[in-house]
Amino acid sequence: MERTVYGFIFRYSKREQVFILLFTLLSLPFYYVSLDIPKLIVNNVLNEPDAPAGGAAADGAAVDERTMAILGFEIAEVERFALLAIYSALFLLLVLVNGGFKYVINVYKGLLGERMLRRLRYRLYSRILRFPLPHFRRVSSGELIPMVTQEVEPLGGFIGDALALPMYQGGLLVTALVFIFMQDVWMGLAAISLYPMQGWIIPRLQRRVNLLGKARVREVRKVSERIAETVAGAEEMRANGMARWELAEFSARMARIFDIRFSIYRKKFFIKFLNNFLAQLTPFFFYAIGGYFVIEGSLSLGGLVAVLAAYKDLPPPWKELLNHYQIREDAKIKYDQVVTQFAPAGMRSDETIAGEASVPPFEGRLAAANVAYEEDGETLVGGFSLELPLDSHTAIVGDAGSGKDRAAMLIARLIDATGGRIAYGGVDGDDLPEPVSGRRIGYVGPSTSLFSASLMDNLLYGLRQSPLRPRGGGDDGAEREAERFRSEAAKTANSPDDVSADWTDLERAGAGDRDGLLEAVRRALAVADMEEDVYQLGLRGRLDPAARPRAAARLLEARKVLEARLAEDAYEGLVEPFERARYNINATVGENLLFGTPVGGAFDLDRLPDNDYAMSVLDEAGLTGDFLEIGREVARTMVELFADLPPDHEYFAQFSFISLDDLPEHQAVLRKADRDGLDGLDGAERAMLLALPFKLAPARHRLGLIDEAMRARLLEARRLFAEGLPAELEGAIEFFDRDRYNAASSLQDNILFGKLAYGRAQSQARVGRLVSEVVEALDLRPVAVEAGLDFEVGIGGSRLSPALRQKTAIARAVLKRPRVLVLSEATSALDGASQRTVSDRIREEFRGRAVVWSLHRPSQARGFDRVAVMKGGGIVEQGAYDDLMAKGSALADLVAAE
Amino acid sequence: MSLRQDVDLLRNIPLFAKIEPSKLKLLAFTAERLTFTAGEILCRQGDEGDSAYVIIAGEADVLVDTDAGEVAVATLGTNDFLGETAILCDVPRTATVRARTDLETLMVSKDLFFQLVGQFPSMAIEIMRELARRVERTTAQLREAVSRERAGPSGR
Repeated sequence: MERTVYGFIFRYSKREQVFILLFTLLSLPFYYVSLDIPKLIVNNVLNEPDAPAGGAAADGAAVDERTMAILGFEIAEVERFALLAIYSALFLLLVLVNGGFKYVINVYKGLLGERMLRRLRYRLYSRILRFPLPHFRRVSSGELIPMVTQEVEPLGGFIGDALALPMYQGGLLVTALVFIFMQDVWMGLAAISLYPMQGWIIPRLQRRVNLLGKARVREVRKVSERIAETVAGAEEMRANGMARWELAEFSARMARIFDIRFSIYRKKFFIKFLNNFLAQLTPFFFYAIGGYFVIEGSLSLGGLVAVLAAYKDLPPPWKELLNHYQIREDAKIKYDQVVTQFAPAGMRSDETIAGEASVPPFEGRLAAANVAYEEDGETLVGGFSLELPLDSHTAIVGDAGSGKDRAAMLIARLIDATGGRIAYGGVDGDDLPEPVSGRRIGYVGPSTSLFSASLMDNLLYGLRQSPLRPRGGGDDGAEREAERFRSEAAKTANSPDDVSADWTDLERAGAGDRDGLLEAVRRALAVADMEEDVYQLGLRGRLDPAARPRAAARLLEARKVLEARLAEDAYEGLVEPFERARYNINATVGENLLFGTPVGGAFDLDRLPDNDYAMSVLDEAGLTGDFLEIGREVARTMVELFADLPPDHEYFAQFSFISLDDLPEHQAVLRKADRDGLDGLDGAERAMLLALPFKLAPARHRLGLIDEAMRARLLEARRLFAEGLPAELEGAIEFFDRDRYNAASSLQDNILFGKLAYGRAQSQARVGRLVSEVVEALDLRPVAVEAGLDFEVGIGGSRLSPALRQKTAIARAVLKRPRVLVLSEATSALDGASQRTVSDRIREEFRGRAVVWSLHRPSQARGFDRVAVMKGGGIVEQGAYDDLMAKGSALADLVAAE
Repeated sequence: MSLRQDVDLLRNIPLFAKIEPSKLKLLAFTAERLTFTAGEILCRQGDEGDSAYVIIAGEADVLVDTDAGEVAVATLGTNDFLGETAILCDVPRTATVRARTDLETLMVSKDLFFQLVGQFPSMAIEIMRELARRVERTTAQLREAVSRERAGPSGR
């Protein structure tokens, strides 16, 4: 990477910079003329001739003709008013032309700056991908993120200005100065008299501000690192009750930033003060000296006016130049700082991470010869030699410091050996580009990172190395758009690959088409023992009936079957089905009113009073007054029940309609309602009470507030709600319909199509079992599994249990069918039974291919073709499990110690 | 069945008789009303227990697994309290309880139960009294059983 920011700028934007420069130079004559015109108007048009000038005008012509001159060239003799009009029009035209130049130059500069910024950010990010893995333990994302995002941002502005600004502003300055000098040398000297002083003192002061600014950047970087750490260590913090310390630590950092900032302000505004003062000093000279000359007659009044007009234009360019100088210093240092952070030792080359070499297949033996690996000067693996047939299964065991984890990473090509070599059947590991090793070698480590996407996306991650099939159905417009994207990417050396193309390599998963892929995924899930987990996720997940009409139809069938089963005596009354004409006492009032599943936020059940339409339906049904009454009753009951509970009591979360924080507010509203009546409440207070009845479910809350008559009226409101639903809200709710699949509800709720009855012993477990039975009977399991694959796993997979995350990583590695599978304590989060199952199934699946498994429990090595025992970074013994155990060796010790 | 009725019902149960009305209302509100049809199991011997029940209407059999099979040791009726042993001393359910008739109960969770006992000594005393009564009854049964065994050979 270029060492200095100017190196970077000139390497990638020479042409553009020159273009901007030329364009800028081109604009200057126009600018100069626009300065000249006021003087011409004053001197040539407005001036009364004190004596008849010689030539044509004097010789008796009645018309007052004046010389039209531009830039000193006399063009023609024109009548006085016409000349005024011509000059004025010319002035207006030049204003437009100058503005036009400015516009074009600014846009072009913005474009250039943005392109360069894009290139720089892309470079930095691509360097992150090339970092040696151990480096990630030394830098935190909290440091990297601000560097790639906001810290380089000002560089974009600077790059566009790098050459053009000094040239343009310098040009303006010189033009204006030349103009002033041409009017009068003394005036010129007066104009620049203070420049040397400004040019000397201000940068000096500014440098100190810059240093402070840099210190501030460092502090802010540390703060973001700290926040990132807080997020990552939230559990630790809470477990140790460390909030007070953390706050103190944060407060100290804030204090430092505050001090720096304050210091910056003081210095910065002093500079401003000084600048303003010096800028005002010059006009003082003008009026004093220029005035003297005009009175003396050695300078025309027009000349002084023009000088003053030109001088008005002087300070901005000068200021810009000083400013630019400061930004330049800043940009240089910033670039330097960022670039050095992105050049750790041991980075992989671009060819290694993205190269596509044709590599002969792995055949024969995997041979590690005298491999060594160091981290921070410490030898973690040394003299590691191992040979294993590429169709055998090898276990690596050893204690925690034995280096077995690094050995596994070395074999998986995650890290680079510092000595020796690893060959995969004649192919040297060092010659393997990452895409190739990524295809042929699978790796599952002890800690699994998932991406914030669907489970399916995470499983297919390893199959998506290159865009295989372009996104289909693109019309001309889309094609042009894609072409524009590619050409813009090429201009900034960004990746031209289309992310929306289909990257999934079906063939590598052993699948011919999407159905085959699904089959392969299910097999991988089975190997990782997570099919049941995904099935359960699927039952709670959703399915898009438009995309999968057949599955939706079969789920509807399941609904009918379940309905029939629920009618049996044993299940009598366990589920209250949704019926449009009947009030469902196990559902809340809100659910009864909507009689559907909200889509998006419009009909959020917790915020129905905010919805104008829902409220208008209440009004129409004449229910608003009743709701207020009921709301008051609910609030009263809640206050009575919960007011004297300790504030942290779990009942608030579990049972109360009103959170602890809102309780005092409700108490106040109740008091007001008792005093002034319900009509005395304002909008917000009414909304507070109106929100409460919606949450009532008669079967559960037994407050006796929703009686038969009220239920009948709510049914009427339900009808009104559905019939009057405005078109723009049609997408905001999916009504319950016995004969239609509800896309907004879970699979389970679709099959159930009703509410579990409150107060029936074990209803949930019993109905759950019944649903499973029906699903099995109708062979809907694959449908549910597929829905489960759509589950969004959350940031870092946080919505999955650690065990499930680990299983996902295993399934992902199995799915891409690598030639060599390397595992490192890959089942540590699983329970014992599951560990054995997964181990057995992986070994079965990989029969005929190589498995290298660094185990966390040595006894699991039993059954592997061979066992290598590591100690202190090297292998101390290897062979068949039984042979090694018989000798009473290192392995025996390890197993005994387990 | 409304909350008010529940409160009245609870007030008639000796165990809760002396609890102040607002707490009783909280109890009624947070306790779950559970119905069982005849033959359904309320709790099974050996299971983990995290709730106790008050019988509001109906009858239930208390059954104990012995080597000789299931033995009914008691019958519970309206206002009886059951399941408290498991939540008081964190042991598995000591007996199986099966609804003899259709049964209406109020299920009280462990947390609520402890909170109430802590706040209302009268309730603790009531539970102690009930437990003492059961111990007394068990002792009597034991005494009976032992004397029957002694007398057994000659009696046969």
